[in-house]
Amino acid sequence: MIEAVGLTKKYGDKVAVRDLTFRIRPGIVTGFLGPNGAGKSTTMRLILGLDAPTAGSVTVDGLPYAAHPMPLKVVGAVLEARAVHTSRSAYNHLKALAATHGIPDSRVADVIDMVGLHEVARKRAGGFSLGMGQRLGLASALLADPSTLILDEPVNGLDPEGIRWIRDLLKALAAEGRTVFVSSHLMSEMALTAEHVIVVGRGRLMADMPMADLIARASTNVVTVRSPQLADLAAALAGPDVTITGADGRIDVAGLSPAQIGDTARDLGISLHELTPKQASLEEAFMDMTRDEIEFHAASAAPVEEAGSPT
Amino acid sequence: MSASVQQPATDHVQVAPVSQARVVRSEWIKMRSLRSTTLTLLAAVIAMIALAWLVGWATNAHWNHMDPGERATFNPIDRSLAGVNLAQLAIGVLGVLLISGEYATGMIRATLSAVPRRLPVLWAKAGLYAAVTFVLMLVSSFIAFVVGQHFLASHGTTLGAPHSWRAIVGTAAYLTLIAVMAVAFGFAIRSTAGGIAALFGLLLVLPGVGQLLPSDWQTHTLPYLPNNAGSALHSARPDPNALSPGMGLLVLVIWVVLALAGAAFLLKRRDA
Repeated sequence: MIEAVGLTKKYGDKVAVRDLTFRIRPGIVTGFLGPNGAGKSTTMRLILGLDAPTAGSVTVDGLPYAAHPMPLKVVGAVLEARAVHTSRSAYNHLKALAATHGIPDSRVADVIDMVGLHEVARKRAGGFSLGMGQRLGLASALLADPSTLILDEPVNGLDPEGIRWIRDLLKALAAEGRTVFVSSHLMSEMALTAEHVIVVGRGRLMADMPMADLIARASTNVVTVRSPQLADLAAALAGPDVTITGADGRIDVAGLSPAQIGDTARDLGISLHELTPKQASLEEAFMDMTRDEIEFHAASAAPVEEAGSPT
Repeated sequence: MSASVQQPATDHVQVAPVSQARVVRSEWIKMRSLRSTTLTLLAAVIAMIALAWLVGWATNAHWNHMDPGERATFNPIDRSLAGVNLAQLAIGVLGVLLISGEYATGMIRATLSAVPRRLPVLWAKAGLYAAVTFVLMLVSSFIAFVVGQHFLASHGTTLGAPHSWRAIVGTAAYLTLIAVMAVAFGFAIRSTAGGIAALFGLLLVLPGVGQLLPSDWQTHTLPYLPNNAGSALHSARPDPNALSPGMGLLVLVIWVVLALAGAAFLLKRRDA
């Protein structure tokens, strides 16, 4: 369980995170969406106590992260920027982290196997591919078997097989009752992984709702229709709440369900060559929600940097 | 790499609270597992011993060509421990690098996520590096002394001579305090170039700049600079204006404590 109350972070006079209040529940995967510079990485750094909030507070399982006697047991995190010394082997990296919490070497070997890094564990981490780096990050996050996992863009640099592996792993971890908080700019990926979603734009909370609601909320209910007798069909469908647009043997109908259109066509003996409900994608829902923020962002003379790397 | 999904083993992961001793163990693993650590420490050891041999041999070979002034200031103990000036470069650079390397690679985020109270990391790094430096440099100074006296031959002296042991232990103590100061500078400045520049600016450049002060000011300031205080501690035949060895040690310790306090304050206060 992660709880933020009025969480605010300024770097100089730039506001990276503005008055965020949210609660991330255990047992499900919660997605964290927002365009670049929205404050996702900053929020995660604030949760881990790497940065101190300018105002407000954030707790994990009821306490600030740093107040827990066994922090790695509380939160396992994979931040977007790599957090490994490039000259050290993956094995020694994990061993050093494990030593801070008295975690035995056998567990280090276990997490290495779990993420599939066995063959390269003794090699310099600096030579790792992006995907291997993500796996090593995940291994360190899982080291102490934490009750909460925080992952910043975990599928970055993974091949399709690796992406599916992460997706299944995150769902499995959530199903075990853990809190799983994942940021991604890949909206379609989030739609497949996250049950709940928090959307931020320019550091502000834009939405905090089930993923299904986010998609439904921006849904426009447009149906694309093709038919050899398009003019007749268009005339029959016309009505006060119906908008019909298009030409070239194809129309887009707003205000009627595919079932209503299909039934009308059948009643008139008109054959249909296509009847496609256009579901708003998560991308579209997300764009709708953050459009104003992005325009404002683009027009702003002093754009807010991606707050994860203020140095 | 296998992409198969394995369920994390939820049972029986043995986890204990973070403690200073556990952080020291972790830092020990980190220090041992970087080749640059071993190589730089080896460079310091070689600098101490090889210079004793070289300087001892050269002094002996050219003794008859040395002018009387040079012979008057000659001290066999200091001559054999001349490597301290080179060794302090290696020790200082490595001390900064132990910390700046973590900031440069991002490792510091992993370190501070595991130990979010932060200060145990500073104490562990400084303490461990001090212990390693003291042991290595005590042995190296001793060997350098023996090697140096051997090659100085008839111009050399013995362990029983006054100041011999104080110079040997003082050299190790000076390098140890420089090691701790370097770690503090690493935490305070965080970048390799900046940390090294600041450390050696204080150690090597400031005494030279101090020479530009009016001479009656110099006597009240220059002996208190870390390098000169260190000289008073480890030189068998110090500069006439220098502090006493005990006072030199005290002044140097104060410098190191101030540097550590500044580093602790910044580490605790700044965003990682």
